[in-house]
Amino acid sequence: MGRLKLFIPLMVFALLAGFFMKGLDIDPKALPSMLANKPLPEFTLPDLENPGQTISKHDTLGVPALVNVWATWCPSCAVEHSFLNFLKETEGVAIIGVNYKDDDTKALNWLFEKGNPYRFNVVDKDGRFGIDLGITGAPETYLMDANGVVQFRYQGPVDRYVWENTFKPRYLELMAGG
Amino acid sequence: MRLLFIALFFGWSLNVNAVIETYEFETPELRARYHVFVEELRCPKCQNQNLADSNAGVAADLRREVHRLLHDGLSDQEIYDFMVARYGEFVLYRPKTSGVTLYLWLAPLLMLVLALVVVMLIVKRSQQTSHKETLDNNDQVALQKVLEGIEQQGDKS
Repeated sequence: MGRLKLFIPLMVFALLAGFFMKGLDIDPKALPSMLANKPLPEFTLPDLENPGQTISKHDTLGVPALVNVWATWCPSCAVEHSFLNFLKETEGVAIIGVNYKDDDTKALNWLFEKGNPYRFNVVDKDGRFGIDLGITGAPETYLMDANGVVQFRYQGPVDRYVWENTFKPRYLELMAGG
Repeated sequence: MRLLFIALFFGWSLNVNAVIETYEFETPELRARYHVFVEELRCPKCQNQNLADSNAGVAADLRREVHRLLHDGLSDQEIYDFMVARYGEFVLYRPKTSGVTLYLWLAPLLMLVLALVVVMLIVKRSQQTSHKETLDNNDQVALQKVLEGIEQQGDKS
């Protein structure tokens, strides 16, 4: 027993080291989305490309889709944009854009210059829909199934690595299932 | 002069917490409740600030939302539920006492109990050793033997 006691500090150290090692891999900024496995919130918002018209949640259903929150003021969105183009062109992924707290003219110019990977874009001028989505900034991307149930949320730019490792397996599953 | 310095000092430190926009409130009660909310709700973007302190866009949006919900006549609980439904319990700087957070709430108490146990053990042991300071007959005999052994070894070398 006396001998064992000598090892108590070592055991405490090992325990703490274990916690800290685990802590290294945890990203404190990655918050679980409250929307996971819940339906996308209802919305009826202006259509960016067709002034005067609105788009509601009903229009987005039917196929598994990505919901991508973007803005022209967001540098990471510019980084991610070419990959979204790629996704649409080569993999045929349906992407629904939420133009978040942005200027319509700037947004339309952006789509004209960089290409338009979106099925359509809704305008969230004051960020109200963003709050319903529980976003903390742009870009954020949601994967939802054909019935509009959110499967997964990713914060930050989607690139090839993120797509292959997080979105694609779930997306293919949804495509096979639906 | 000194008073001026003190005044400057406090004026400056108060400014740090100020947010940009100002809201009109219908009643002082609503204003008071608003301030409680922006102090107690956490900014989801810059995680170690509350809504009142944060300049992040989403924090400004959430402040506006709190202001709107208050004027819509929602109760405190309904506003907390609104926030938790969108951003999770993470946004509460004062999380509920249930589920996983129970560990957090109980941890200090547990630590205290643990500390008390350790202190009691140490005190008990020190009492035991102080009793042992006087040697009984058996100890004396044993000690004598040891001492003789040392002397003999000393003689040999």
